[in-house]
Amino acid sequence: MKKIRAKEINEKITWQDITPGAEIYEPATSRYVQTGDWRVMRPEFIEDKCKQCLLCVPFCPDSSIPVKDGRRGDFDFAHCKGCGICVRVCPFDAIDFVKEDR
Amino acid sequence: MAIRERMSGNEAVATAMRQINPDVMGAFPITPSTEIPEYFSQFMADGLVDTQFVPVESEHSAMSVCIGASAAGARAVTATSSAGLAYMWELLYVAASSRLPMTMAVANRALTGPISIGNDHSDSMGARDSGWIQIYAESNQEVYDNFIQGVTITEATRIPVMICQDGFITSHGVSNIELLEDEKVREYIGEYEPEDYLLNSDHPLAVGPYGTAPYYMEVKRQQAQAMKDAMPVILEAAEKYGKITGRNYGFFEEYRMEDAEVAVVVIGSSAGTGKAAVDRMREEGKKAGLIKLRVFRPFPRIPLAEAMCRVKAVAIMDKAESFSNSGGPLFSEARSALYDLPQRPLAINYIYGLGGRDITVEDFDRIYDELFAIEKSGDPGDVYRYIGVRDSRDGEGQER
Repeated sequence: MKKIRAKEINEKITWQDITPGAEIYEPATSRYVQTGDWRVMRPEFIEDKCKQCLLCVPFCPDSSIPVKDGRRGDFDFAHCKGCGICVRVCPFDAIDFVKEDR
Repeated sequence: MAIRERMSGNEAVATAMRQINPDVMGAFPITPSTEIPEYFSQFMADGLVDTQFVPVESEHSAMSVCIGASAAGARAVTATSSAGLAYMWELLYVAASSRLPMTMAVANRALTGPISIGNDHSDSMGARDSGWIQIYAESNQEVYDNFIQGVTITEATRIPVMICQDGFITSHGVSNIELLEDEKVREYIGEYEPEDYLLNSDHPLAVGPYGTAPYYMEVKRQQAQAMKDAMPVILEAAEKYGKITGRNYGFFEEYRMEDAEVAVVVIGSSAGTGKAAVDRMREEGKKAGLIKLRVFRPFPRIPLAEAMCRVKAVAIMDKAESFSNSGGPLFSEARSALYDLPQRPLAINYIYGLGGRDITVEDFDRIYDELFAIEKSGDPGDVYRYIGVRDSRDGEGQER
């Protein structure tokens, strides 16, 4: 039986087409879902202060700090929930924590 | 050749489990179902099964074990009663909504309070909206037969199945039974080959994700459809089972209903008592009949209504209160099923047998006498009644 892909499960899907028990037949599908929209506080990356130690990366519970070629970039705000753990662990005050102003 | 034996309902269920040889059993002992994991542990010690038995610290965990095992791709079973079933409550919904097959033996027992180990149906009736299939038995033979069929039904529907019997009455009462040979049971249930399961590393799977408002209702609607679609599956499982055993099952059993003018609808072991009363009525030339409901979930709304509509008056029996002030759970649903018919019988409800209170043939005699009186007068009176309860108004000719 052809399995429905996670990308095809969206807010238009009917009850006939949704998967039994809401099962998902592939891994890492949270990247398709915006989980950052409940953020109250927002981390701000201050690149000048960052020493690229990358300590914040494994501490982020939502894998929202992208790393490319051994260097971190700005936050993935589609998935960052604003928990502030990165702010706490940064040894160089390279992450500010401000009220979300959306 | 079938094997002739004599055993209690609990031993019969444990024997069915041994023959099924499930992958996982998670269980915590509670009266009156304790013997099921006890017998099963003996089978394990004797090397008769390959099951991973998980002796957990509570029923909440027993059901969690079954959920984990089933999601992993295992054939899972458990057994419980009363407060144990109540303690599984939130997980019952998880199992059903995640569409995880498993078979649970329930030896029905009253819920507290007052504290009671006696039989009634308040435990499983309380769980009636959890999304589980519920099949009830009159006898040891039936609970054995139902449990084996339950494995087939749960795996074909992906709906967990509760196989219920009356605590002590059949769970501990020893009677004659006809067992299938082990290989026939295994041939009947077949190998369990789930399409998707967590231990299949070739096809990653997520089970039980969060269902936000845009998705939750679609998932529930599909679950409701699965329950509807389970109806023919239950009949097919029964038909296939009937072919190898000669014992035939449906959604309910009709006893002397062909020309019946009044009928009782009842679940479980009390049906046997009711049938004895029917026979006595028939000897006196009174056309009494009985319907024993076997499958309560899914509720066989249409066939049951068609069976009931052939009589003039029907007494629907509940071994559970729902404190609705409108009758017990079976009454509410069975009478509601009649509403769609152009011609329907008068229907009354009796709450009976709570906390292990016996119901006797004489009680059923009184019920049938009342039904014939209602048939004659056309007036059902107060439809919400009790039988078998001491009442200070006894002898004053009042409705109870």
